[in-house]
Amino acid sequence: MMKRKAKILSWLLGLLTMAALLLVITVYTLPSLLSWQSPYLARCFFVLMLCFALCLLRLLLGPTAADRAVAVDTLGILIVGFCAILSIPTGRSWYIDIAIAWALQSFIGALALAKYLEGKGFDE
Amino acid sequence: MKSRIILFIIGFFIWMLLGWPFDLQHALVGIFAAALVAALTGDLFTRRPHHFTHISRYLWFAYYIFIFSWECLKANIDVARRVISPRLPINPGIVKVKTTLKSDTGLTFLANSITLTPGTFCVDIKPEEGSLYIHWIDVKSEDTQEASRLIVEKFEKILSRIFE
Amino acid sequence: MSEVLGYIFILFGLAFDIFGCVGLIRLPDVYNRLQAVTKCVTLGTCSILFGVVVIKGFNGTGIKALLCIVFLLLTAPVAAHALARGAHKAGVKLWEGSVCDKYEEDSK
Repeated sequence: MMKRKAKILSWLLGLLTMAALLLVITVYTLPSLLSWQSPYLARCFFVLMLCFALCLLRLLLGPTAADRAVAVDTLGILIVGFCAILSIPTGRSWYIDIAIAWALQSFIGALALAKYLEGKGFDE
Repeated sequence: MKSRIILFIIGFFIWMLLGWPFDLQHALVGIFAAALVAALTGDLFTRRPHHFTHISRYLWFAYYIFIFSWECLKANIDVARRVISPRLPINPGIVKVKTTLKSDTGLTFLANSITLTPGTFCVDIKPEEGSLYIHWIDVKSEDTQEASRLIVEKFEKILSRIFE
Repeated sequence: MSEVLGYIFILFGLAFDIFGCVGLIRLPDVYNRLQAVTKCVTLGTCSILFGVVVIKGFNGTGIKALLCIVFLLLTAPVAAHALARGAHKAGVKLWEGSVCDKYEEDSK
């Protein structure tokens, strides 16, 4: 009984977090994207934020576990692009280092998710 | 032993590219790290090291990169058109194709290039039969021979000259 | 001049990113979604990284971005292939409008 309650609670917590992220992205992004004053690179960030919002929506809706795994993999690749754009206005080259590390890390994460979906151990 | 030396050279090259402005300390650590990785990995990297000395393979590889980028661009425009159009013109299915490539590297490159080219997507490989299962977003033919001719052939010719 | 060219590359990549994400929402089953995502998002991110290379030129940052393009092109299709195989083994069905499924017939 206790275990079941904890499961439902954690599920609700995740749902609330994701809904809050979606709300923040839409509320903060859309007005700045439509106004004429915002600079070019800021617009690029907002377009990528919309992509993140669509991925989070699929993560929220996805009927099967495989859909959610696909959405997580996509988020990983999008974050690489985000880090790459972030390195232009700040002028720091270590953002590209983060991008490389994130690309390799998300690849390993996707392989682990695939093995989990297949229902096998990691040693095969 | 030869394959270890090749792995050492490639690893050291990538290490030097990652820390581009040259300095001596960095290079010394790089030599140590690349030697350690080469000694631990052994012959897993390449089975036939004499292929690395053939010049024609590099030329074919440059041609392959050119063809691949063009197909990749076409694939993206194709997917964008399908996604944007309101009626979703898709007709999906999983078909089976045959290939004549045998080596592991060749099969991996073939699966990767099939995945990034228009409308096709590799689901599983069976290396012992030489067959691939491909998810096709717009199935034109369910027959194995016909599907092989449409999907695999244009890459198979180039890849067999690079990796076989 | 090179800044303008780089920004054009970045714009191109962002357009394909958003097409891929719209495909992730609109298409009907896992395999079709993987098709859209693995093509559009990979090329879009590679194009953004290439724009960074064009803007920064061939110094440390640019070469790292080129290496990142190579890693992405090598790893993203393999990850998508593993996810598709895992989904098929886990018993995710194809969309009901699908034509044929040779993999299901052969794995019985």
